[in-house]
Order: sequence, then structure tokens, then C-alpha cells
Amino acid sequence: MQIFPCPFCGPRNETEFHFAGELGKARPTTTEAVSAKEWASYLYAQRNEKGAVHEVWMHLPCSELFVMERDSVTMDVLGARSLREGAE
Amino acid sequence: MTRYSAFSVFREGLRGQTGWSKAWRTPTPRAAYDVVIIGGGGHGLATAYYLARTHGVTNVAVIEKGGLGGGNTGRNTTVIRSNYFYPESAALYDLSVKLYETLSRELNYNVMFSQRGMLATCHSEPEMEMAARQVNAMRLNGVDAELLTRDQVRKRAPLLNFGPDMRFPIHGGVSQPRAGTGRHDAVAWGYARAADARGVDIIQNCEVLDLLTEGGRCIGVRTSKGDIRAGVVGAAVAGHSSVIADMAGVDLPITSYALQAFVSEPLKPVLDTVVLCPPFGTYLSQSDKGGLVIGGGLDRVPSYGQRGNLPVQETVLAGLVEMMPALASVKLLRHWAGIVDVTPDSSPILGPSGLDGLYLNCGWGTGGFKAIPAGGYLFAHLLATGAHHEISRPFDRARFETGHLIDEGAASGIAH
Repeated sequence: MQIFPCPFCGPRNETEFHFAGELGKARPTTTEAVSAKEWASYLYAQRNEKGAVHEVWMHLPCSELFVMERDSVTMDVLGARSLREGAE
Repeated sequence: MTRYSAFSVFREGLRGQTGWSKAWRTPTPRAAYDVVIIGGGGHGLATAYYLARTHGVTNVAVIEKGGLGGGNTGRNTTVIRSNYFYPESAALYDLSVKLYETLSRELNYNVMFSQRGMLATCHSEPEMEMAARQVNAMRLNGVDAELLTRDQVRKRAPLLNFGPDMRFPIHGGVSQPRAGTGRHDAVAWGYARAADARGVDIIQNCEVLDLLTEGGRCIGVRTSKGDIRAGVVGAAVAGHSSVIADMAGVDLPITSYALQAFVSEPLKPVLDTVVLCPPFGTYLSQSDKGGLVIGGGLDRVPSYGQRGNLPVQETVLAGLVEMMPALASVKLLRHWAGIVDVTPDSSPILGPSGLDGLYLNCGWGTGGFKAIPAGGYLFAHLLATGAHHEISRPFDRARFETGHLIDEGAASGIAH
């Protein structure tokens, strides 16, 4: 089992965590016309990087979303922070 | 190239095995080819073969960063089937099954396609109704399918749990008699040997580092063995498709996940078909060597790490023990993972990449092995003519913009 860090609860078993999505995907502003290409990109396109990745995860017991930085090849955890930290 | 036959085996037995030739050459790459295919797995090698056989295009190179079939082609659970729901998928996957049926003879290489059938169990009356819908859809699409009662399932696979303690008792099942298993390595090697015999250069241990572009068009590849120019480039790199797309500057609706598989110690014959129990997400077959080849759902974490992990192992094996309690004490020999390229609708992407001169064969996700002959056949058509075959047209990446998704994940209830 791998240990993942929750910024709120500390180190916990990987089975307590749920992958939510890649970080940094913004929904197109619908006050302006959005093309099919832009919708497709928002809905479906993935960066799917090999190496260092920034992702949004949920720690299920505390239901908090947070940002985890991982290496997608070695599966090493490189860091974790709350979503609020990145936004400030 | 030595032709393989019962007579040649007999003759070489008498001659001390001195008359065999190499199955394929080890050429140094030329400066330019008509077609360069990235990826020497099943799909890439099949593409090269059909380019040469069907379209007469033999000035072709297959570039592979490791050894042939060392990626997902050598890591899958070898199941071949076409039990899909939508007409587009049925046309695609049944083309593959039909090509597999004659492949050993065509390639003069035994791919050991054993049509032992595939059985998916149902565990409630509503599931039986959905199964009837599935069977009807398959038959309308011209694919063989049978709805089985509980007794028929029991007769087909007596090892399944029919005891009173089963958490989800078996009510019946769906069978595709023409489905089965093949020898995965032999598929790659057979296509490689047949393509090489027609003049295709297979270049192993040669990694593509970048794409060469000129005026917004892909004109070749930069590799660890130098630059190779190409009329067109085709990428058939499965889990690494996003890496190639990144080189091309196009985005892809693909996420790479690890998919794990297991093989047990060899046993006496206990199972002569492929069995899937959807509620547990576990499926298995028995290889000719006697090992149980076991698979399950994919990891829910994006990954490029080609290895297994314990949580998924526990889930898959817990399902196996619930399905077939008699196997609880069987020991595992090996456990591994391949990196699969999963699309939002669980259907593949075939067609232009978005960068001129570069075509993609990807997105097969957890089911690429069964599709190797069809993927190669259709991709060869694309590379040779620059246009879609009727069967591959619905699988163009344009479907993500038009909304014409072929959502097999929901429709045929495949686990992933």
C-alpha cells in the first residue's frame, strides 16, 4: 500500500483517496459564444503528462479536495496542498 | 524466410535444426520511407503487414523503442471477442474476429486462436433483461450470441459458485461462442515476420524523440538512431499516445491508466472457456500451459508506471474467490501491468491527428489486443489512401466535437 498525504489529516492509506481530475481546467465562459472545439477541449481533452503532474484529489473520509503533485511514472508523491493555497 | 510446416519441423529435426532462418531482418534505418509507423506492437506491425499485402506499399519502417510486442501486446490477457452493442463497434470488432479466424494460415504462423467461447454471467433478473437486450443487439449486428439459463451456465463452467452462500447468485449469462483466446506474442511475431518478408523494415531499440515538421506538416521522426523522413507517419503507441500528441502539438481525449493482470501456477484443465463476472469485475481463462490468466478493472489513477499494486490485486482476487471458491488456494506466479489509453467513450480513435501527415491509431483502452487485425487493416487503409475506410470513419476524433460518441462503456456494460 502507498501512503498519500492529506493536507488536513496527514499521511493516510491510498485506498482512502479518490482521483478527481487534472488541475487547472477552467469551464468556458458561457456569456460568450463557445465553439464546439472549445467545448470538446473542456469536456474531453487531457494533458495526460508523463512525469510530474498536478492533480485534484479528494480524501474521502474528510471529503476535502486538494492538490497533489505526483510523478506519473514512479508514482512518487512530490507534494500536497489545499486548493485554497494555490488560489491565493 | 523458411516456411513453417509439419514437413519443415520434421526435416529440421533430421538436420539438427540447422536450416531455420531468422524470422525477420535487423536493418539499419534508411534516410526516408513512404510510411513510418511508430510502435512495434501488434497494431503497428499489423498495419505494416496490411500496407504491404493489401495496398502494395512496401517502403515502410516500423520504429520500436524496445523489443517487438514488449508493451501491451505482451501484457494483455489474450481475450478475443466482438460482443459489443453498437453497429459501429460490432463492424469493427467482428472484422477483427474474422481476420483472426484465418490469421494463422495467412501469416504461416500459429497464433493459437482458440475459439473456446466467452461467457459473461448475470446475477439478477434485471441483469437477465439487459442481457437479452445485449444478445438481440449482437444478433442484429450479425454477431453470434446466446442467452444462457442458470443450468446452461453451470454446464458450461461448473467451477463457478452455485452454492447457497454466493452473495450475488448466478441467474444466467451471455455467451459468444466464436470468442476465445490467442497467443499474444505470436500475433506480433507473425505479423512482423510476414511484413518483413514483404520488404518492411522493422527497427527495434530505436526510440522516437520528436517529430520532424515543415510548414505545419509532419515529414518524419527524430529517433535515437537519427532522423528518418516519411511521406506519412502513423502512431500506434497505445498508452504513450499523449506523448506523441504532445510532440505534434495536438490535444487528445485520452487518459493513460495501468491495467493489471495475473497468472497462476499451472493447473490441470479446470476451465475451457473465458468467464467474466461483471459484479466482481474479474475474468479469467486457462492457458494451454495450465496457468489461469486473470484480469480485472483498471486502476483509477492516471499512470505511466508499468507495474501492479496491492489494492487492485486485492479487489480482483477477492472477486475471483467469490466467483470460483475452489481457486482460493491457487498460488500466483506473476502479476504485472500495462499502460492503456482510455477514451471518454471507451471506443478507439482512428484517423488524422490534427497535424498534417500524422495519423493516429489509439484509444483502444483495455481492449487493444482483440482488435489488432482490424486496427492494422483499417490503419493501413488510412495511411495508404489518406481517407477513412467505412468501418473506421465513425471512430475519427471528430466525434468528440460533433457529439457522435460511441459509448460502449455504458452500452455493452464493459467494466472500463
